[in-house]
Amino acid sequence: MDSFAQLVILTLAAGTPLVFAALGELVVEKSGVLNLGVEGMMLTGAVASFIVTARTHSPWLGVGAGAVAGAALSLVFAVIALTLLANQVATGLALSLFGVGLSAFVGRGYVSVVIDGIKPLSIPGLSDAAIVGRLLFGHNPMVYLSLALFVAVQWFMQRTRAGLVLRAVGESPESAHAIGHRVVALRYAAVLFGGACAGVGGAYLAVAYTPSWSEGMTAGRGWIALALVVFATWKPRRVLAGAYLFGGLTLAQFQAQAAGVAIPSQLLAMLPYVATIVVLAVISRDATTIRLNAPASLGKPFHPD
Amino acid sequence: MSAAPDVLPRPRLALRGITKAWPGILANDRIDLDVLPGEIHAVLGENGAGKSTLMKIIYGIVKPDAGTVQWEGQPVRLASPAEARRLGLGMVFQHFSLFETLSVAENVALALDAAQAGPGLPARIRSVSERYGLALDPSRRVHTMSVGERQRVEIVRCLLQVPRLLILDEPTSVLTPQAIERLFDTLRQLAGEGCSILYISHKLDEIRALCQRATVLRAGRVTGECDPRRETTASLARMMIGGDLPHPRHRAAAAGAAALVVDSLDLRADDPFGTALRSISLTVRAGEVVGIAGVSGNGQAELLAALSGERRLARRDAITICGMPVGHLNAAQRRARGLAYVPEDRLGRGAVPEMSLTENVLLTSRHQGLVSHGLVRAGAARERAARTIASWDVKASGPEAAARSLSGGNLQKFIVGREIGQAPKVLIAAQPTWGVDIGASAQIRQALIDLRDAGAAVLVVSEELDELIEICDRLAVIAQGRLSPARAVGDTDAEEIGLLMAGAAASFDRGTAFVR
Repeated sequence: MDSFAQLVILTLAAGTPLVFAALGELVVEKSGVLNLGVEGMMLTGAVASFIVTARTHSPWLGVGAGAVAGAALSLVFAVIALTLLANQVATGLALSLFGVGLSAFVGRGYVSVVIDGIKPLSIPGLSDAAIVGRLLFGHNPMVYLSLALFVAVQWFMQRTRAGLVLRAVGESPESAHAIGHRVVALRYAAVLFGGACAGVGGAYLAVAYTPSWSEGMTAGRGWIALALVVFATWKPRRVLAGAYLFGGLTLAQFQAQAAGVAIPSQLLAMLPYVATIVVLAVISRDATTIRLNAPASLGKPFHPD
Repeated sequence: MSAAPDVLPRPRLALRGITKAWPGILANDRIDLDVLPGEIHAVLGENGAGKSTLMKIIYGIVKPDAGTVQWEGQPVRLASPAEARRLGLGMVFQHFSLFETLSVAENVALALDAAQAGPGLPARIRSVSERYGLALDPSRRVHTMSVGERQRVEIVRCLLQVPRLLILDEPTSVLTPQAIERLFDTLRQLAGEGCSILYISHKLDEIRALCQRATVLRAGRVTGECDPRRETTASLARMMIGGDLPHPRHRAAAAGAAALVVDSLDLRADDPFGTALRSISLTVRAGEVVGIAGVSGNGQAELLAALSGERRLARRDAITICGMPVGHLNAAQRRARGLAYVPEDRLGRGAVPEMSLTENVLLTSRHQGLVSHGLVRAGAARERAARTIASWDVKASGPEAAARSLSGGNLQKFIVGREIGQAPKVLIAAQPTWGVDIGASAQIRQALIDLRDAGAAVLVVSEELDELIEICDRLAVIAQGRLSPARAVGDTDAEEIGLLMAGAAASFDRGTAFVR
């Protein structure tokens, strides 16, 4: 039973970067903007958090720096795509490539640096008690942060007026503008939020999960986060489930490699990516669900006039 | 402001010298307009006369280049719709500004200030909708509603803000005759309570029935002001178009053999918000015009996709053209068998916007000697495009003009001309005069009748009931994916057709019962 608790803890730990990045991107896409720069923003967040942690020895300050760095990079996207009305797909792709290069360049001197990262909770009497105690209190603090983000996004979208306006803007920016909502300002806010979330997702990898810095350490998780949002039909709950599915498969793949299963390791490494997409694609086949949840204006530029 | 005693009361809204230019066109040229408290004031004009631009200026969506706006005697600057609403303006848009995936209550909340959109909102929606006879269920999602119901949402949304001036932009273009009567009752009740109403339309009969004053616009200018109740339809039309209303000549039909036959066609909707077709049967004979009336969204899009070949059918003989089963054929194969099609959306289905008129001719006229052995005969294509432009008086810079550079009405004339130029055995036209000015509309209607007289079968799908009654020999009504039997136009009238159109009436009434 102890190994079961361990399995759950490791699964959540592996899925958490996706939870951050995909929930952020979900909010962005719900406002009608498609930012394909998630991978770049995650890496930028990761390197910024690692450097700040290495300099200040405060990993939480590092997480904050990751959020700021992700948001700063997304601001570049927002200016180009929302104000200058460039193509969102092209801008997002460029942002990803830029983020990959920028993080590798800035992080050159930090590749073998060792830092003191954020450790899993350890509350005497609780975290080490029985299996329930471990399941409830044995995670990394950032895992709790990601769950809090999930609750907050869910609540914001369904229960708040600002969330309602956000959904309305994503469905029809023209109508929202005609009844007096500030479409572009709102989209800016959503894009910055998404950038900060992606940055925190990267920071989690660099200062909590590994903790270390290496070039391209997100290993395509930004792209998986993008796929996750679409296949989860823009529902936070499905995003969470998809992220943990990915986490579990990542784990299984490591186990299989360790156990020496007679499958080429390259194929095994593909497994979490392929399986996550296949499973999500199968459960999201329903056209009505997609039509009701997909932001109708996704990726289309809007100019108020 | 101290006016002589016999002058009208102080206007609630006064515009002076409003001017707005779009690239290449002067949409509003020094427009003056006064709207009095409690009056129903019409703004009358053809498509492109500048009505919509003017309304957007009043509502703060568009900023004028010059001119002043006075509200209750005070000069105001309307920078945004939110500001306009604070002053007490409300607007019901021609193309609804509703969010389909949201509920009625959410749609209403979006248009209100945060303070007003509290938890008591559904109850307030119910009370306002009952007071004005506009039955609505606040929890329903908009995509499940008919067009008439959607308009109620727009109106109730405005009424909740207790407007002092309500603007309606072409509100009846999508309603059945009965729904129009109900709307007018609501508007009269509102005006009686002191709300001013600005009513935008090009439908002369409606304006004569409803409005106390009318301002007429032509090409961006005010060309007259009158009391429409004292005018005739003809005199209003003269003010609006600067000439007499053209009337097509119409001889009795000499219908021949069946040319287009639809036999109990069933079709599932592609789109989850679409309408499934249920056992549709229809015969159009050579030498007659058959019309299909109905409120949009009742299966027209699906039927047209099935007829044109955009969606191929499993059953070959569900559709036959001149005796040949074509259900399984694609659009090009059906065209080769004598079908021509004027789709509803001109830019997208009717024409490729970026391509020249010559190229657009080639796309649907491949079998008329414009292509030989797979090679384009450029001269012949160009010549055919030029002929269509000349004979239809299309305003374009020439056969090489891009389709998107033409105005809506001119492009529509070109497309209708192109299709008729193929001498089809069967012509299907969807909303052939939608958004087209009166002169061009009359020309298109006349051409359809002439084509009939030349022995072709013509099927017209339209929401404009007047148009259908004018040009059709027989008329069927589509409602909720079912088609009524076609009746001779002489044996029926607008009221009966209206009732059939509201075959959706069943769901209307269920909604009413639910609310009350």
